Amino acid sequence: MNQLLILFIAVPLLAFLATLLWQNKSEKAIGKIVRFTKVFNILMTLSFFTWWLINGLEPIGFKVATLYETDRFVFAIQLYYDEITAVFSIVGSLLFFLVATFSKYYMHRDEGYKRFFNTILLFAVAYNFIILAGNFETLFIGWEIKGICSFILIAFYRNRYLPVKNAFKAVTNYRISDVALMLAMWMMHHLTHRNINFSQLEEAKDIAIAANQTSMAIFIVCMIILPATIKSAQFPFTSWLPRAMEGPTASSAIFYGSVSVHIGVFLLLRTHPFWEDMLWAKIAIIVIGATTAIVATLIARVQPTVKTQIAYSSAAQIGLMFIEVAVGFHWLVLIHFAGNAFLRTYQLLVSPSVLNYLVHHQYFHYVLPTQKTVSKLKASFYMLSIKEWNLDSMMFTYLWSPFKWLGKKLQFLESKVFIGMLTIAGLTLTVFGYTSRTSILTIGEVLPVVLMSIALAVILFAFAYRRSALKAWIYLLSAHFFIIAAVLFNTEHINLIEIIFYTSGVILAFSLGYYCLQKIKTVDNDISLNRFHGYIYEQNTTGFLFLVSAMGMLGFPLTAAFIGIDVLFTYVHSNQFVLIILMALCFVFIELSAFRILLRIFFGPHKKQYHPVAYRST
Amino acid sequence: MSKHPFNEAHIIHELKHFLPAQQALKDFIHHNTLHAFQHMKFYDAIFKASKIFGFQVHLQLPEYRDMYTTGRIRKDILQMVISNKKDNTVVAEWIEKLISKEYNTINQPRIGELRKNWKDVYHLDLDNKVHPLLFRVLCAFLDQGIAIDSFPVVNQSFIDSIKEMEQNSFVSFFKTKQIKQKFLSGHYSIPELLKTIVGKEEYYEQYLFDQQFAHHGWSGFISAVEDNPQTLLDRKQITLKELLEFELLMELDALNHALGNKWQPLTTHVTVPPLDLFADVPKTELAEVIELWQDAFEWSYYDSVLKGILVSNEKRNSQFRVDTEQYSSTNADTSLQAIFCIDEREDSIRRHIEAVDKKAETFGAPGFFGVEFYFQQEGGKFYDKLCPAPVTPKYLIKESDAKSIREEELIYTKYTHGILSGFVLSIIFGFWAFVKKIQLLFHPKMSPAISNAYGHMDKHSLLTIENKSTSDIENGLQIGYTLDEMATRGEGFLRGIGLVNNFAPIVYFVAHGSSSANNPHHGAHDCGACSGRPGATNARVQSFILNHKRVRTILALKGIVIPDSTQFIGSMHDTAADVWNYYDEDVLSPENAKQHLINIQNFETALNLNAKERSRRFASINTKLELEQVRKAIHSRSVSLFEPRPELGHGTNTLAIIGRRQTSKGLFLDRRAFLNSYDYTTDPDGAILTAVMRPIGLVCGGINLEYYFSRVDNIKMGAGTKLPHNVMGLFGVANSSDGDLRPGLPWQMIEVHDPVRLLVIVEHQPDIVLKAINSSTEVFEWYKNEWVHMVALHPEEQQFYYFKDGVFTKYNPITDAGEIKTIHNMEEFLEGAKEMETNHIVHATEENLPVYLLD
Repeated sequence: MNQLLILFIAVPLLAFLATLLWQNKSEKAIGKIVRFTKVFNILMTLSFFTWWLINGLEPIGFKVATLYETDRFVFAIQLYYDEITAVFSIVGSLLFFLVATFSKYYMHRDEGYKRFFNTILLFAVAYNFIILAGNFETLFIGWEIKGICSFILIAFYRNRYLPVKNAFKAVTNYRISDVALMLAMWMMHHLTHRNINFSQLEEAKDIAIAANQTSMAIFIVCMIILPATIKSAQFPFTSWLPRAMEGPTASSAIFYGSVSVHIGVFLLLRTHPFWEDMLWAKIAIIVIGATTAIVATLIARVQPTVKTQIAYSSAAQIGLMFIEVAVGFHWLVLIHFAGNAFLRTYQLLVSPSVLNYLVHHQYFHYVLPTQKTVSKLKASFYMLSIKEWNLDSMMFTYLWSPFKWLGKKLQFLESKVFIGMLTIAGLTLTVFGYTSRTSILTIGEVLPVVLMSIALAVILFAFAYRRSALKAWIYLLSAHFFIIAAVLFNTEHINLIEIIFYTSGVILAFSLGYYCLQKIKTVDNDISLNRFHGYIYEQNTTGFLFLVSAMGMLGFPLTAAFIGIDVLFTYVHSNQFVLIILMALCFVFIELSAFRILLRIFFGPHKKQYHPVAYRST
Repeated sequence: MSKHPFNEAHIIHELKHFLPAQQALKDFIHHNTLHAFQHMKFYDAIFKASKIFGFQVHLQLPEYRDMYTTGRIRKDILQMVISNKKDNTVVAEWIEKLISKEYNTINQPRIGELRKNWKDVYHLDLDNKVHPLLFRVLCAFLDQGIAIDSFPVVNQSFIDSIKEMEQNSFVSFFKTKQIKQKFLSGHYSIPELLKTIVGKEEYYEQYLFDQQFAHHGWSGFISAVEDNPQTLLDRKQITLKELLEFELLMELDALNHALGNKWQPLTTHVTVPPLDLFADVPKTELAEVIELWQDAFEWSYYDSVLKGILVSNEKRNSQFRVDTEQYSSTNADTSLQAIFCIDEREDSIRRHIEAVDKKAETFGAPGFFGVEFYFQQEGGKFYDKLCPAPVTPKYLIKESDAKSIREEELIYTKYTHGILSGFVLSIIFGFWAFVKKIQLLFHPKMSPAISNAYGHMDKHSLLTIENKSTSDIENGLQIGYTLDEMATRGEGFLRGIGLVNNFAPIVYFVAHGSSSANNPHHGAHDCGACSGRPGATNARVQSFILNHKRVRTILALKGIVIPDSTQFIGSMHDTAADVWNYYDEDVLSPENAKQHLINIQNFETALNLNAKERSRRFASINTKLELEQVRKAIHSRSVSLFEPRPELGHGTNTLAIIGRRQTSKGLFLDRRAFLNSYDYTTDPDGAILTAVMRPIGLVCGGINLEYYFSRVDNIKMGAGTKLPHNVMGLFGVANSSDGDLRPGLPWQMIEVHDPVRLLVIVEHQPDIVLKAINSSTEVFEWYKNEWVHMVALHPEEQQFYYFKDGVFTKYNPITDAGEIKTIHNMEEFLEGAKEMETNHIVHATEENLPVYLLD
């Protein structure tokens, strides 16, 4: 029976692939596939749950496949089913069923009908990956796919400015959470020297205690709390959530009202055995949860728009769930999660009705307001809450501006000769690094840091670069070589196949992206990055291919580079904090730079106004 | 424009003129989106508006070409249009241009050219820094009840309210102290702020237009609230001037914050002279091509309709001759008369009633049925205006003795947004919400959350229609009408539609309203002649008046004799649910009550057929199902929260026929015609016609043009797809949390619409028609400037006259009589009608059926 767990993932995945084959106008065919999947999903979830119930509620593990294995590293797809999975899968499949049914009518004749259901199905895959994951690697696959789905749905109306802007905002947050998870895996690897399953987290904890490696454990826990906080829109990362309500109401309902935004809670529940004895971690989580609950409620109370009000209320309840997880009330969390997910989905789905209902209510119950004195505290809290406690601007000022500033300072890197030299240098170093690094290993720890710094500088350059998209794209490729070189010079033993994994994926993605950008360049000489071009309006397929290439470029689970990146991380030692931070930043900003190119060239208002083009403020 | 010194009042006036005029969504009043340009000829106006604001004002060139390929634009019509507009000799040349010449269709609008320099010169995205907070503050101030903590300062103007908050708080909306101080001191003015920000005076006007049209939704709404404060139940004091001041201060604040003192007024860097936004737009060949295409598109339909009218009249006349030979009288045994709104959605139900009951007679009149008043629902704290928007009534009609109790919907309780109450409720309510969701998906039914057309007035309530004493006044409004006032309204109404004799035993007033779920634009589906509300009260009031014995005595003196056996009954048709409810049925005499039951049976059959006809456009309903099943499915749509198209509103409206029913009775017009009953034989000098024509341009033309512009540019002039809409403050919708308000119609309402202007067909002699439309300049403007087309049908000659450049000239349809097919079996015909493949205009227009003769 255990192997049946695969079906949770395989069926929506096959359905997703199948819907890709149809055209937008084939609503009936797409509808049929979705109907089959949603019904199957429920039946599967419920019957598996029943079977599991009868068999004594014991956690189940199942190893699907080992994708890559050496003596020091294992990459395996591992599934796991326990009471947390059970609740999340039942609630998820019910909501998926409801929202898919709702959307069948709601999305009728939308130009993105197919895209919507493609994404919803892929999301179902990602969600099941996460909740059924038996180890960090498996969870991480779902984590990344979910981020992309989320991005696609926020930027669903991609020829308007605000959805694109807000999708990018969400992506920047998500990317931090992705990289944090990578770091957690990296440190876990160094801590335990093996591939840890979630069922073995207590052992991992014991290892840490036994080896007196509390700092490593602390690092891991931080890198678990951080992504949980981000994905569940907790303080101080709350402001992306109300801004994510850009897609069709139905998608906002399932993503930001319900299942998706609770995934941080899931991560905490899943990793609870690892940090349950760490008082500081529990306090940190309680503080985050409590702060969010208070701040988000204060903000929700002054929101004059219906969807943002629901978003903040939902975030506040998730804050309470964080507290509940920390104090160990796990059954309460699960009930609270289910209730909140159902409630917010419903509230969002019926949110357009609020106009009719409340105006009617007002018609009968209106009382002429009388002026009460406004206390200084009340005025301050009101204004602060209207400004969303500056959460949004703070993110921008403290998190992104410094890097943008740095990138701008690095604009001297721009030159035709330089870009060629850089790429060649990177390539040479890579080759050289592989063949003869042992001879210069004496340089020790400095060279890798230098190389990684160059990589980061090049990436930040591309991040802030305003002129040619093609050039920025090439810079990103050369940065990859420096990353590899840095890793090569950091280790004595490395398998060629690991480098090939990595480079093959990156080069493939690069070539595809290069082709796409070239294609746009033949249509329009101007592919600068200081404005939105909106080319997806006339180059739909090219836009899609570039999205794929951008995902490949950052090691999305599409190509072998996904495994390559995970392996490469393991070559950085657990005490090399400078190197690992640089490397983490590289992976954050590669994605942001690649997505920036995607958004600027393909998304946003189409620059040619021979058809209606949206005003920026809409 | 920049020649004159800066005049603040003038510019604010100009801005208000050009900004969208849409009020709060709760009462949706259709109007010409480009009302500011209505003093110009249609084509000149739209091309100018396009150049200034970047609107798409017509279909795209390839779309016209595609429609030509599919035959939707006819070749013979195109040739006719070209030879009329240009010359006979150049037809081939122009056709070549229309069909295959390449044009650069990219439009570079004038708006925004000046302000974009912030980005070019300082790499500063000023809008990004200012808009989100500005919109949020405006929305919070105007909010009608979404926020749990409403704006703390009440009953003060916008600037004063913000000032009080700023004085009273540790937090500021401004980022710099300096500007906060400036704001609090009050030592600022628009010219002074502009001098600091913009610099040279000659650029001020352009800058302000750029700035306000960067968020025309909010600016337009604030301007509308300033002019019509009653559009918000919880009134707010705000003016466009205050918005300008506050926004300029915020801009200054953002500039100082981002650039410190390293910036100079914008125009120091600008070398281009100020742009005259409103300068004339030279006519291009492309514009001429578009004009020809658009005319050809319009006449491809009009021409066949006109031919259809002639053919059906001819057919009826020949039948009539046969009939009169067989029977001595035809008119005496009319079984019932039903008076509907002129609304084009009632075209089909009237047709079906006449088909089911051959002796039934139907009429059309503006849906407020000649009685204008404010209405107060029992327990209501406000008055609803129930008459066309420009009219200001002096009367109040109050409801009492309502039997049904208004239900509440728990899910909207604000407690779900508290911390602890939210915790408890998310657990309890959450699971209940799940059950509710299952129910709403699989068994949709009416609930308090759904906008119910019949919710505006209780079926069994009493109304204060008759005034007891002229001193009975509430808030300046007289309660009810006096006897004379009732008689005047009764007479005026009956004469307007030409119903002055041959009364049937029961005359139904059929108002209309629309129930829909999850639809912030529900008001746009209600009766336009009742200021966007259901018109049931008006139907009851006019029925009461005409049933009134003493009113009838007065009417008899004036020559309108209503037999004692005739009774009037008010009722309302729900155009979304296809439900028809009746009021005050207890007044019916036993005989009429019996007949009423028979009539109801017939009406139900007609409603079934109507539902079937509507269902052909709804993909979720199989038109081939049994009539009752289709009807049930239609009903369930109107209460389905997942259904963004409960009905299609005024989509496809194209015609307004003012004349006797017989001019249109023999035709299948596919719910595209406003039908206003008018009998030229009772009005030889056109005195009544003048009154009849008064609202046609404003109401029908307004609806038509709003659909036109929302169709051709759904992104800038329409509201875009409604799927992502976020309800703002209960008065509007926007995309996302930081977006501009979106006036206009959402995509789901206009996708079936053919963007063509209204063709008004009046049955009377051209000179009388001319006199009628020339009675006032506002009315005349619609026709003179070609915002609607006008054709007079000379009743004796059976000859059409087209109105152009101030004169009527003969128009002979070129459609061959044989091209107009006949429908022999309505049900089969409806089942066989084509459904659009996608909602692209070329496919969508194919769903709109041509004119047919009825068997």
